[in-house]
Amino acid sequence: MSDQEATAPKPVGPQPRGSIGTPVGNTLAIARREFVSYFSSPLGYIVIGMFLLLVGFLFFIPFAFLTLGKATLQPMFNSISWLLPLISPAIAMRTFAEESRTGTLEMLITQPVRDWEVILGKYLGAMGLLAVCILGTFSYPVIISRVGELDWGPVAGGYLGLLLGGAAYVSFGVMVSSFTKDQITAFFVSFIVGAVFFLMNKALIFFGGAASVIEYLCPDYHFSNIARGVLDARNIIYFCSVIFVCLLATARSLGSRRWS
Amino acid sequence: MANNDVMIETRELTKIYGAQRAVDRISFEIRRGEVVGFLGPNGAGKSTTMKILTCFISPTEGTAKVGGWDVFDDPLAVRSLIGYLPQRASLYPEMGVVEYLEFAAELRAIASDKRRAKIKEVVEICGLKDVLAKTINELSYGYRQRVGLAQALIHDPPILILDEPTADLDPNESAEVISYIKEIGRTRTIMLSTHDLAEVKEACQRVLIVNRGKIVADGAPDELATKSGSVRYVVALDASESEAGAAKRNAATSQEVIDAVKGVVSGSSVKVLPNDDRATVLEVVAKGSNDHRREFFRLAVEKKWDLVELRRETVQLEEVFRQLTVGDGAPRRNAAKKTEGDVKEQASDV
Repeated sequence: MSDQEATAPKPVGPQPRGSIGTPVGNTLAIARREFVSYFSSPLGYIVIGMFLLLVGFLFFIPFAFLTLGKATLQPMFNSISWLLPLISPAIAMRTFAEESRTGTLEMLITQPVRDWEVILGKYLGAMGLLAVCILGTFSYPVIISRVGELDWGPVAGGYLGLLLGGAAYVSFGVMVSSFTKDQITAFFVSFIVGAVFFLMNKALIFFGGAASVIEYLCPDYHFSNIARGVLDARNIIYFCSVIFVCLLATARSLGSRRWS
Repeated sequence: MANNDVMIETRELTKIYGAQRAVDRISFEIRRGEVVGFLGPNGAGKSTTMKILTCFISPTEGTAKVGGWDVFDDPLAVRSLIGYLPQRASLYPEMGVVEYLEFAAELRAIASDKRRAKIKEVVEICGLKDVLAKTINELSYGYRQRVGLAQALIHDPPILILDEPTADLDPNESAEVISYIKEIGRTRTIMLSTHDLAEVKEACQRVLIVNRGKIVADGAPDELATKSGSVRYVVALDASESEAGAAKRNAATSQEVIDAVKGVVSGSSVKVLPNDDRATVLEVVAKGSNDHRREFFRLAVEKKWDLVELRRETVQLEEVFRQLTVGDGAPRRNAAKKTEGDVKEQASDV
């Protein structure tokens, strides 16, 4: 090496970045891990089992589809809408609370991933389990279509409503989970708040002049509209807004660790 | 030296939790290829500093750069250069070892066709071959640490930040992890926090000692010991054959030896070390760098005592650590244990 080479200043500036995954790749990797982890513990099986058991119970006991004298799944969708405030917190409770408690969140967040990739990945993982639960009920429309002429339009609307309603409840559960290190606390807080919003729609008479506002705030109202087969942009916007606001609040909650 | 040789740099870094300053205006630089021990008692600010450097939390004041990238402005670039093993590495217990490493590789954007080879490489380095078929909750704590280390190495990072990687490991596991760190430290910049001073002496070229959020010492382990300005002597004197006579060797004779030795070096601290022999074995810690061995020898001649042993050594890192961090009220179990162990070892040497 010549003297000139030896004394030449090395380039000044930051090191080249290491490899950073794409937002979609990171989000899907986290979502996949989250989804699979439900089935590495009894939680996933318990949630699916309980959900299908309760849906079956609520579906067959009233024989509602027979008493209405026509092939319809409206009673089933109404029954499931009662279950969403219970089942969604059970799915979402551990997303952040458990990781904060065990310390795995630090390992995850110090990887080259953005906070919103972590949030979206975990949310999609939880939604995957909810989707499995909801898809598990698909045998009912198949059965009914065999015994009568089923209008598939409201069925599709019903399933869309369930997915959107469930997505809203799960996003709320994820948000609450990010505020605490105790998943039981996360479950009860999101269950109670979800149940209150659900029940308010059944007791609008007590709200007087504010009834229409309260009604609009209740997920069940929007779900009922979609489940009837009416696709109104306002209902879709409502659910999307709830999901967006809850996930944004989750991002704020996660970001606040930096300043705590 | 060019700026890009500084791999980790902090300037006036401060983190305040409520009324407590966890990190108090810390400034230091770590250069390419250095293995730096980050020492301090519990609650001194080591983990907080590391969490800032890995962008897990933000500083209240000051700046920190890793590989030239600001931890606040470019967290993704910083994280992409770092392999991080947090204190008590928490891994997903339900995942298999390979499954976990694949997940880590995916987040590190390692191409799917290269993942297997990378995993094989870190499995080799970290000695995980025997546990590949197990899930993480089936592993001993030592193996979990190794899996944590493997995920930190999977993307071949130029910088490693390891927060107490040997905490709670048994001595054999600790020794193995330290030997891995030495091995991988040949080609990387490593910042290693630990309570175990023996590990620092073995693995680190440089030591940063923090106490109450401030850096109180920075230098090579030997250099720090020299800078402490104290010299330790071990003096073994047998007074039983002296004028006092063998029959008279008793506590009073030992006390006479202690008093005489104290008189040789003013301002020194003298401690009696356990000893099975007839000689009185004393540890004398003297301030300053003067050599007092001739004076001890002359004392023995004058008193007609047998000088059985006379040893001079600079103060150990343990002593420096104790001097610099004493009085902070934090528990220092490991450091205390180590010092006690040293005394026993010296006593048995005598």
